[in-house]
Amino acid sequence: MKRANEPIFWSLFGAGGVLSALLGPILILITGIIAPTGTGMPPDAMAYPRVLAFAQSWCGKAALLAVISLFLWHAVHRIYHSLHDLGIHAGAGAAAVCYGFALVATLATAYLLLIIGF
Amino acid sequence: MSARKPYVRPMDGWWRRNPFFMRYMVREASAVFLAIYAVILLAGVFRLSQGAAAYEAWLAALTNPLAIVFHGIALLAVAYHAYTWWKVMPKTLPMLHLAGRRIPEIALSAGGWAATLAASLVVYVLVRGV
Repeated sequence: MKRANEPIFWSLFGAGGVLSALLGPILILITGIIAPTGTGMPPDAMAYPRVLAFAQSWCGKAALLAVISLFLWHAVHRIYHSLHDLGIHAGAGAAAVCYGFALVATLATAYLLLIIGF
Repeated sequence: MSARKPYVRPMDGWWRRNPFFMRYMVREASAVFLAIYAVILLAGVFRLSQGAAAYEAWLAALTNPLAIVFHGIALLAVAYHAYTWWKVMPKTLPMLHLAGRRIPEIALSAGGWAATLAASLVVYVLVRGV
């Protein structure tokens, strides 16, 4: 019998669910509302030198990769399983598109963090 | 091919018929906002890799009123996801016992909500700069 691959996707979904429950709201608030409107933060909080230094540190790279990739693995798993609820009978093609998107985004993020340097 | 036309109960809009299903679908929809937000961050990392001018153009795009409205809705959606995530978390765990008594589900959920608040505070202080 073929082994199910669901546990792998569920683990990534679970990890992304925890991470987005812990950090999702505050990150959206900071990068999407506080920084662009300039309220409640010094104006240079998201300035180029500071964010570049963050993305060049090992900690920063790990944080950016974890946030971007796990948020996406979580989201595509949910979207894929919600297609059924919307009356769309999703097959292997839809799974390939959903999980493939998260995989490509993960690899792209890792590549970009590598070329940003140390 | 059969000429029979069996009755198939229509399921269109099933989730609009009951508030419980509505909440379920709102929670599922929060994933769409989370995915778009992750793509916005990925775009930011891409622009960061291209240099200061490109990164600043990405920052400027975030000040567009439509971007701020999007982030406002995404904030509500993902906060709702966080609320429901910790709310159902105890049901995914084996029963936990402390001093011979089962830990109530609400205590475990409250621990999750407190963890979100604590993590949010830590991130805010770190980004702001101590």
